[in-house]
Amino acid sequence: MLDIHGLTASIGGKAILKGIDLSVPAGEIHAIMGPNGSGKSTLGYVLAGREDHSVTGGTVTFEGRDMLSMEPEARAAAGLFLAFQAPIELPGVNNANFIRTALNAVRRAHGESELDAVQFLKLARAELKRLAMPDDMLKRNVNVGFSGGEKKRNEVLQMTLLRPRFAVLDETDSGLDIDALKIVADGVNALRGPEFSALVITHHQRLLDHLVPNRVHVLAGGRIVRSGGPELAKELEKSGYGAMLAEAA
Amino acid sequence: MNAILETGAAGFLARYEALLGRLPGDSTLRAAAADAFRTLGLPGATRGRRAEAWKYTTLQPLGGMSFGSSGPPPAIALPNAAARLVFAGGAFRADLSTSVPGFARFADQPEFGELSWPDRDPMVALNTMLAEDGAVLTIPNDRDAGIVFLVHAGIDGTSAHPRHMIRLGRGARLTLMELFEGEGCYVHNPVSEIHVADGAVLTHVRMQTESTAAFHLATIYAAIAEGGTYDSFTLNIGGRITRTEVHTVLDGAGAVAHLNGAQLLTGSQHADFTSVVRHAAPKGTSRQTVKNVLAGQSRGVFQGRIEVARGAQGTDGYQMNRALLLSPDAEIDTKPELEIFADDVKCSHGATVGELDPEQLFYLRSRGIPDSEARAILVRAFLAEALDPVTNDTARGLLEDAVARWWEGQA
Amino acid sequence: MPADSETLDTVRSVTQSGYKWGFETDIEMDVAPKGLSADTIRLISERKQEPSWMLEWRLKAYQAWLAMEEPHWARVEHARIDYQDIHYYAAPKKKPGPKSLDEVDPELLRTYEKLGIPLKERAILAGVEGADQDGYVEGSGQIAVDAVFDSVSVATTFRATLSKVGVIFCPISEAIREYPDLVRQYIGSVVPVADNFFAALNSAVFTDGSFVFIPKGVRCPMELSTYFRMNARNTGQFERTLIIAEAGAHVSYLEGCTAPQRDENQLHAAVVELVAMDDATIKYSTVQNWYPGDAEGRGGIYNFVTKRGACLGARSKISWTQVETGSAITWKYPSCVLLGEDSVGEFYSVAVTNNRQQADTGTKMIHIGKGSRSTIIAKGISAGRSNNTYRGLVKVLPSAAGARNFTQCDSLLIGQECGAHTVPYIESRNRSAKIEHEATTSKIAEDQLFYCRQRGLSEEDAVNLIVNGFCKDVLKELPMEFAVEAQKLLAVSLEGSVG
Repeated sequence: MLDIHGLTASIGGKAILKGIDLSVPAGEIHAIMGPNGSGKSTLGYVLAGREDHSVTGGTVTFEGRDMLSMEPEARAAAGLFLAFQAPIELPGVNNANFIRTALNAVRRAHGESELDAVQFLKLARAELKRLAMPDDMLKRNVNVGFSGGEKKRNEVLQMTLLRPRFAVLDETDSGLDIDALKIVADGVNALRGPEFSALVITHHQRLLDHLVPNRVHVLAGGRIVRSGGPELAKELEKSGYGAMLAEAA
Repeated sequence: MNAILETGAAGFLARYEALLGRLPGDSTLRAAAADAFRTLGLPGATRGRRAEAWKYTTLQPLGGMSFGSSGPPPAIALPNAAARLVFAGGAFRADLSTSVPGFARFADQPEFGELSWPDRDPMVALNTMLAEDGAVLTIPNDRDAGIVFLVHAGIDGTSAHPRHMIRLGRGARLTLMELFEGEGCYVHNPVSEIHVADGAVLTHVRMQTESTAAFHLATIYAAIAEGGTYDSFTLNIGGRITRTEVHTVLDGAGAVAHLNGAQLLTGSQHADFTSVVRHAAPKGTSRQTVKNVLAGQSRGVFQGRIEVARGAQGTDGYQMNRALLLSPDAEIDTKPELEIFADDVKCSHGATVGELDPEQLFYLRSRGIPDSEARAILVRAFLAEALDPVTNDTARGLLEDAVARWWEGQA
Repeated sequence: MPADSETLDTVRSVTQSGYKWGFETDIEMDVAPKGLSADTIRLISERKQEPSWMLEWRLKAYQAWLAMEEPHWARVEHARIDYQDIHYYAAPKKKPGPKSLDEVDPELLRTYEKLGIPLKERAILAGVEGADQDGYVEGSGQIAVDAVFDSVSVATTFRATLSKVGVIFCPISEAIREYPDLVRQYIGSVVPVADNFFAALNSAVFTDGSFVFIPKGVRCPMELSTYFRMNARNTGQFERTLIIAEAGAHVSYLEGCTAPQRDENQLHAAVVELVAMDDATIKYSTVQNWYPGDAEGRGGIYNFVTKRGACLGARSKISWTQVETGSAITWKYPSCVLLGEDSVGEFYSVAVTNNRQQADTGTKMIHIGKGSRSTIIAKGISAGRSNNTYRGLVKVLPSAAGARNFTQCDSLLIGQECGAHTVPYIESRNRSAKIEHEATTSKIAEDQLFYCRQRGLSEEDAVNLIVNGFCKDVLKELPMEFAVEAQKLLAVSLEGSVG
């Protein structure tokens, strides 16, 4: 579904990604782990098309299409979703209105009919209920005054409503208590299927207990230094990155 | 001299005529300033439309007064400091001063600088016309000059127009502690030009405890180069009419300006704090907190403008003005302005006006603190936000003492 | 930044194509010769069949105006205005004040239809049960409209329904004839004839506008609205509006305005006076959409307006809401004089400037009455090469014990060539008054745009969403129908200015 070859990228002239090769087949969930500053978040942003992250080389193909030439909204329409590590606040913008506008933009891109406010609210309320989130989540302004946990849940809510084909979760688990963690995991698990893939960026084994990945990759210094099965995450939890990095070097 | 019989603007002009040929420095510049002063006059003293810059302050009382240039010096306590420059009635007093490296008298080395606008600002025109002495202080690159006291003693019946030029070389540091005191009715009309070179830091603390019959009309121009800091604090307590006008230009990238101040007024005092911070280069930071505490029939004025020039991207400007009205007859006029021509900026200002919070007062009293003490605590707390940035212990100590004395005088 | 330069290119490629109201109506007009003199004023007064006191009042204003100078303290620049090169009266031929809609020139009806202001009563609701004789249905959200075309009112709808509860809603020219005592008592009482240069000019030459009177204790059953259309070339529009709410009365009034797209500038100098007695409430909403000129700053309306409300009674309330998107230059400061005890003044404003537009707008809140309160929320959005200034005064007099003001001014800059300015004046002479003022300046953050685009929104939609969010506190004050209209207008005004 997603194929990354020799991807290099820099921010403000500083090279961050130094040659990433990664393939995520349809229906699989892959985890990316690695120490701070290894380039994990950069990878997420580059996939979503942030302008101040310049791609300096390599290719990213999404279902056979060259993704790097696409605008951020076109990538979203194609089915890419990035759950932000630090979701952005939009003062004065109603959450329900925001998500509906996004959903309708994506539906339009697919030639589907737009949802009116009533249809959308019905859908959104059902989803909220399933995710055990309070109704007022929709009434509030996008992420404004949300706690850290609420922001992360709002990302999951958007993800489940937008139904992406490929989700990148950038440390969506950080700062969550165990119940919230379960909600996030359930959100992703609910989307799981042969047509859905995800890249889960995380620091901890915790989330991966609830969201068992098909593959685990270790990112360090802008490169993937090791890949393996779910057991790799457990190994990391035990021995830390140090040993692995030394070994890789 | 008969000239002395003339009052107001005419009196100042007569003094200029009498001094012609004996004033130090560029006589063409002085003549131009005299022309400007003749046209501009004393703000508010003549009829006609008020200049917007002087919307809330009039020097009309000066219109009927005349001032000489010398008299017996007042008995003021001088700070016990290693580096001390004393001016009485505007003239340098070597006998009261200490030797300060880098210092020269304006009378010997007249420099008008290039930042001031004698053509636009009447008080600067007046100073440019009549300045006879002042401090020219130059701190070489990378030198830490410690603390220097600049003391102005006002002499009853005189007008003083000192002209100061302060230059800090690259990476230099200086704490300039300016004191204004005096006895009787007099005019202090100093103009200071300040240049802070790359990476230099000037801490400028001004403490004005003039006689309550005096006119204190000070203008400061400061230019800050790349990475330089101009950190100033002004305390206005004395004076019948006070005008503090500060023009700061952040000329180099990453320059920093702090223009903090407090005005504590009572009786029929009037104090006007007017400032313009111009961000002319990218990534500059400006911070300004000015507090007014107004008792009696006093009137406080704050006019502050932040200007962001086109291209000054990444500017971070913040300004806060708060006024506490302690009496039913006090008045505050505030005009905080933003003028923004660049989009990638973070600028904000705020202003509040009110009295002591009765609920806070009640809370303190319910804990057994007497009313007057409770008020003192709350006023002190109100001033803390403005005073806190003054980190130099000597300066902070002097300011705290002056505030405490003022408060005791209110009780 | 790539996003910036890219989107700014878009700005440059799009000109002010968005002004959809720029068409001209071809209709036979009765036009006074150009120029201003006592004779012009006599002609206007005569055309309006005014009583002699009105003419005298006008001439007094004219004398005051002659002695005044055009004000230049606002942050706006314009070429000299030649007051002798303007027609001061232009009216569609056909007698003014038709008795029913059937008598209105169909060309005019079509014009308003095209502007989205149907001058209809019965048509839509014919046959609906409960419909009144003029088609009014309670709770149906209908709006009574007074349509002013250049110098005259061409139609006023739902007058029958309104008159049943004693509400007078008619052209002011008619009110001067029909209710001279009311008009004479209040006209110029809030904005004196010599208040300022443009108010004096208006007082001398005003041609039409709306008059509203809500009697004691009456809650006006429907929204009242005036729609101003400037059509004739080289004509100034000088309308005058007077709204009086007696004790306990409530009214919500809306105004809208448009003008054809022309290369020359046209002058619009209106005066609006509001009077609120004890417990009365007047809500005055404006969507100002005069032609703003083209991308290069050619043409557009000079909008120099004096609006002021007097809260005379205890607990009276006047609330101004304005969405200012049009005009080449806007100079207006809807104000409240808070005389009554516990009276309330509000000002909610969105001002958008794009291309070469200049806006200098804000409010004055004069606190005189004990316990008077005011709120000011002003949102300025600058794009293109425009300048947008908030200028406001909060003044508390010694009598206004316990007065309260809260002011919030926020500016949003789109692009690097525009300017945003905030000039608040705060003057307090009462210690128990509490005043709070906050102002911020910001731009649309890159990360906000990116976040929206990641969710699939186009850049333009993302900007609209963020701008609407920025304006929300003001837009929510508008009556529903206007709020929707205003949101669309914001999008059109900023078309292509994304950054």
